[in-house]
Amino acid sequence: MAELNLLEAINQAIDEAMAADERVYIIGEDVGYRGGVFRVTDGLINKYGEKRVIDSPLAESIIVGSSIGAALYGMRPIAEMQFADFIFPAFNQILSEAARMRYRSNNEWNVPMVIRAPYGGGIHGALYHSQSIEAFFTHIPGLKVVAPSTPYDAKALLLASIADPDPVLFLEHKKCYRLIKGYVPDAPYTVRIGEADVVREGDDISVIAYGLMRHYAVEAAETLASEGISVEVVDLRTLTPLDKTTVLNSVKKTGKALIVYEDNEFCGYGAEIAALIAQEAFEYLDGPVQRLGGLDIPAMPYSAPLENEFMPTPQKIADRLRDLAAF
Amino acid sequence: MDKQDLLADYRTMLLIRSFEEHCQQQYTRARIGGFLHLYVGQEAVAVGAIGALKPQDHLVTHYRDHGHALARGLDPQPLMAELFGRQTGTSKGKGGSMHFADDAKHFWGGYAIVGAHLLLAVGIAYGIQYKREVLGQDDDGVVMCFFGDGATNGGEFYEAISLAALYKLPIVFLCENNEFAMGTPLSVHTAVTEIHKKASPFMPGERINGNDVVEVREKASAAIEHARSGQGPYFIEAMTYRLRGHSAADPQMYRTREDIAARRSNDPIELLKQKLLDEGLLDNKKAKKIESEVEKEVEAAVKFAEESPAPELSEAWDDIYAQPL
Ligand SMILES: Cc1ncc(C[n+]2csc(CCOP(=O)(O)OP(=O)(O)O)c2C)c(N)n1
Repeated sequence: MAELNLLEAINQAIDEAMAADERVYIIGEDVGYRGGVFRVTDGLINKYGEKRVIDSPLAESIIVGSSIGAALYGMRPIAEMQFADFIFPAFNQILSEAARMRYRSNNEWNVPMVIRAPYGGGIHGALYHSQSIEAFFTHIPGLKVVAPSTPYDAKALLLASIADPDPVLFLEHKKCYRLIKGYVPDAPYTVRIGEADVVREGDDISVIAYGLMRHYAVEAAETLASEGISVEVVDLRTLTPLDKTTVLNSVKKTGKALIVYEDNEFCGYGAEIAALIAQEAFEYLDGPVQRLGGLDIPAMPYSAPLENEFMPTPQKIADRLRDLAAF
Repeated sequence: MDKQDLLADYRTMLLIRSFEEHCQQQYTRARIGGFLHLYVGQEAVAVGAIGALKPQDHLVTHYRDHGHALARGLDPQPLMAELFGRQTGTSKGKGGSMHFADDAKHFWGGYAIVGAHLLLAVGIAYGIQYKREVLGQDDDGVVMCFFGDGATNGGEFYEAISLAALYKLPIVFLCENNEFAMGTPLSVHTAVTEIHKKASPFMPGERINGNDVVEVREKASAAIEHARSGQGPYFIEAMTYRLRGHSAADPQMYRTREDIAARRSNDPIELLKQKLLDEGLLDNKKAKKIESEVEKEVEAAVKFAEESPAPELSEAWDDIYAQPL
């Protein structure tokens, strides 16, 4: 067991996958000699060379598009978006090509590709370096979307994503990169794509979250425990496919649900969870299903107080939990 | 071409340098946060080229925009306030370093999504042509669009030069080739390292010495005249070198200290100073005076930023739609 932070765990997963399978390569802006903007790919170019750790031209469409082609032809590319905010030039490739390939080819062709994208705010990244993008992509059947929040889950889920025969968008919350540390086993272990995790048990309210918000939710739950309110926290870990069973079991037990996500609240991923609970656990509910998301404003502002206003925080989560507990 | 005031250009270049030295200091003190991309070493390009623009002309640039903003005459005070995230900043604290803008100066701003702004610049040039030819209005403006060598690999670059040439739009494309796209050297990111050649099927263009403010001014003036006179777009590739990291937090693994030291002798500010001294336009006393004036101006900007209030929380909801929903 070693204690790693999130980015070290991701680095380890890429390293192990590349060591185990020569078809695996990584392509992205500055992933080579610079080791990535956040240093996630640090050291890999020295180990695997320029053919397998590719400093690409600055063009996300070619990073993703060429990865789709190579994946069709049997390679296992890992395409890095330097920031999730820059993925949109590649949106067409992901939506129209990668996600539909199996369907349009009668299951003859598949795209075993992973797109890694650092997302999320809280680092003063301002309007173009803070975005959460999951709602655009969870809307696309044919694509899987994974969003781990701990080093343990990130390592295993990245290995699972690389091994997956279908395209996976792998979201890494950049504020968690160095902030979140945890033990990662030396021996191989697995976490399956599509399995949520009850990270804190409780009886009164369920919080459903992912990414940085899972950590904030746990913090809020601890605060509420001292006030006599027992909060359960579910970390989704995978957004597509959604682990409906774990979510529903938790809400059926507690009877109340708060869904927390950092993306713009309106039409965000949490809307889907709320709909699921309303449809399939209605008779168990003791209160209205609640959401707490980012502000519905065009982008995360730079100024620290405004950024803080945008983000759900442990305090804001705790406040909403108190209201819901009192309902 | 209007006569170039070399002393004024020298002062503006120093202003940019000093402004950014202060930015770096404030970043180290965590009063400026996020991402900070300095322009140190490239000042002659902004000052030479933007100095050739007229008030009715337009300027669109990328995220490394401090130098361009100052060269266009934006006041350092609201710029510094923006970097501090204050209400008095150019984007009222919402944007930070990469999105300076000023409507009155036709400075359409810095854009952080690399490549995207080239299309906006083409659209503004189309608007100028439309105003003239369809609306019958007087508008002899020209657009100057700045971008880096890295930005010339994406589709938007080719889309932009293609349309600009097709419609003979009044636009000057100005690529600052500083030999790197972040940590990726030119020869690693493109097969055509003489960037102006990428545009040569579409428009005339050339490679120039971007560290010589006199040459930049002269070539930019000619390019602007070309565009203004209805002959269509022009492409300038200004060779220069970024002396600092890509951003304030760049370990610069992609080059050595010696690489950088070797380029210091080509620092555009030093080159211009030497020229001014040689030609008797400047002496040491005068140089000191300019330096201290500039320093005071930037210190005043820092003070202004420090003393400015943070935005009100409700301002997060301003400026989304014409009518708030
Ligand atoms: C679409 C997009 N992809 C990636 C980035 C991240 N990024 C910012 S600047 C940069 C390198 C730009 O190089 P260049 O265009 O040569 O400009 P320079 O930094 O040299 O001024 C990269 C990769 C971005 N901002 N936008």
